[in-house]
Amino acid sequence: MVHTTLNPGTVGEPCQSRDEFVKAYQLMLLARILDDKFASLYRMGKVHGGVFLGRGQEALSVSFGLALRKGDVFAPLIRDGAGRLAFGESVLEAVRTFLGSPLGPMRARDGNVHRGRPREGMLAMISHLGAMISVVNGVLFAHRLKGVTNTAGVACIGDGATSTGAFHEALNQASIEKLPLVLVIANNHYAYSTPNDRQFACRSLLDRASAYGVAGHAIDGTDLADCLRVANLAVRQARSGGGPQLVVADLLRLCGHGEHDDAGYVDPALKAAPGGRDCLKVATDVLLAQRWGDEAALAAWRDEASREVEAAVARVQREPGPDPYQQDWCALAARHLAEGFANGEAAA
Amino acid sequence: MSITYLDAIREAQARALADDPRVFIYGQDVGAFGGAFKATKNLAQRFPGRVIDAPISEDAMLGLAVGAAIEGMRPIIEMQFADFSTVAFNQIVNQAATLHWRTSVPCPITVRLPCGGTSGSGPFHSQSMEALYAHYPGLVVLTPATVDDAYSMLLEAVAIDDPVIFCEHKYLYYHLKAERLPTEAMPVGKARISRPGRDLTIVAYSAMVHEALAVAEELSAERFEIEVVDLRSVKPLDTDTVMASVARTGRLLCVGEAWPWGGVTAEVIARVASEGFELLDAPPQRLNAKDTPVPYHPNLWAAHRPTARSIAAAARNLLRR
Repeated sequence: MVHTTLNPGTVGEPCQSRDEFVKAYQLMLLARILDDKFASLYRMGKVHGGVFLGRGQEALSVSFGLALRKGDVFAPLIRDGAGRLAFGESVLEAVRTFLGSPLGPMRARDGNVHRGRPREGMLAMISHLGAMISVVNGVLFAHRLKGVTNTAGVACIGDGATSTGAFHEALNQASIEKLPLVLVIANNHYAYSTPNDRQFACRSLLDRASAYGVAGHAIDGTDLADCLRVANLAVRQARSGGGPQLVVADLLRLCGHGEHDDAGYVDPALKAAPGGRDCLKVATDVLLAQRWGDEAALAAWRDEASREVEAAVARVQREPGPDPYQQDWCALAARHLAEGFANGEAAA
Repeated sequence: MSITYLDAIREAQARALADDPRVFIYGQDVGAFGGAFKATKNLAQRFPGRVIDAPISEDAMLGLAVGAAIEGMRPIIEMQFADFSTVAFNQIVNQAATLHWRTSVPCPITVRLPCGGTSGSGPFHSQSMEALYAHYPGLVVLTPATVDDAYSMLLEAVAIDDPVIFCEHKYLYYHLKAERLPTEAMPVGKARISRPGRDLTIVAYSAMVHEALAVAEELSAERFEIEVVDLRSVKPLDTDTVMASVARTGRLLCVGEAWPWGGVTAEVIARVASEGFELLDAPPQRLNAKDTPVPYHPNLWAAHRPTARSIAAAARNLLRR
């Protein structure tokens, strides 16, 4: 059955409790401050490889991280630092991965946005876009086979990933199996530098929902209240047997694709439009207008987040890097089947 | 009673499903229909809800398997033909093969690839993919050549905590028969001396083992004793057994149905040349398919891949050196 729900969203609509909004806001703030720190470390040459930030996408990301609970599965993408924190990742784990500490979850074997703890429901993304969606399907499919009920999964992608075969295969697969998948598309209008009109020709990415027979939801990605409302609705519907939910959020990334990119290609008209607003600023205005916090409280939250980030960075910078001589250089779990190559050569 | 190579694959899956509730089979037409080659015939009826039809979405099939493996399941994925696994290549080599190394979470998936040529199958239903997958770290690549190995190695594949590429040769499905299923097995990673000899070692795997054995029989009439080594597993590759054989014979011919550039035969020769050059009495040789897509017409196909005839010619040349 095709069931498409369009939720245009109303800016500032007071539909959440104070506690939920404030919790989400504090996580957004923490994610923004953490991102700013990563950008700063990158400019100082302290980060190996690239830095990819979620600036401007925190409201959307945090809402889906919060809508999930223990036992669910979450596949964040590169701009989901806020969602990761909301799902339970510590600042320390994020910093350890970006700075290549062997004490991080990826043990310096993989870095930055590729971190995860799959057994705890946080999948570790690969770089091939759309590839994580069917993996979330697999976790949910296994839940069904094992008789685990009442779980849901969220896979996050951008507008660019909707052009991949993996996206179409996985959304179709989830629909066939009626899996509790919530597929969140952050349409930030550019896949690296490629604008929407070179990415897809349908009227809206929401058209994909009816095409695959799944529910569809639109979100104003700059409005935390709307994000929380739709995230809770979509996850609840998936969890309660409503099948896959496709969510399309309209927003703008307020940074380059990575910190190496000045994003000079972004249309100024988009920046000036409502979709170009900073979701953190919008949420701050709502918070103050609702009297859910005052300037003093905001300053205190900001200070607390900064202290946490600085403490984590200071700690990780004292941690030694990985020692290649301590690596086992074995890709197999079944170690008895390892080839015994050493230094790229067959062992004598 | 007579058991074919295909029966062995089906019975191994039945036993895996019966023994381990974590096992399920996912692939195109594998359910009520029983699979394009009937490798899952009646399994959906015997194991309700655990032998599941997939859409024609090889990428999503493998992605689903990875997610299920993370949750502790042991999926068996049937590719309808090995050739179509290229659609799932990304999920196999980038998702499944890297998972354990990156995250410490094992990824026990068995990917069954009906591979190799059969007459009239043409460029897209005939490929041998083992070299492609063996190149990537994090994968185990098995190439059973006998009914016993098809059964025991598939059972072992399901038990291995890593993604296993199980290359089952379509030509052997019906041509190869045994009296009964095996009760004991050599472990994965060990090559077998299929026929002992002292004049020349032919290293082969999968369907080429049988071509090599035919050559050994033919050349025995010329008083040559050919030793045939069945690799069984191309990754890991049992270098020790190959080296020991070359130490006995001093001559090496590697035969593979796959294309010539790189690959299993090149790997075997590289290892023998670098580790046992002094054991060789003549330059090591290899014989592979021609460097073109697999042709459709039986006349062309028979000339494209190594056969007992072309292997015998290569063996005689090497024995004369």
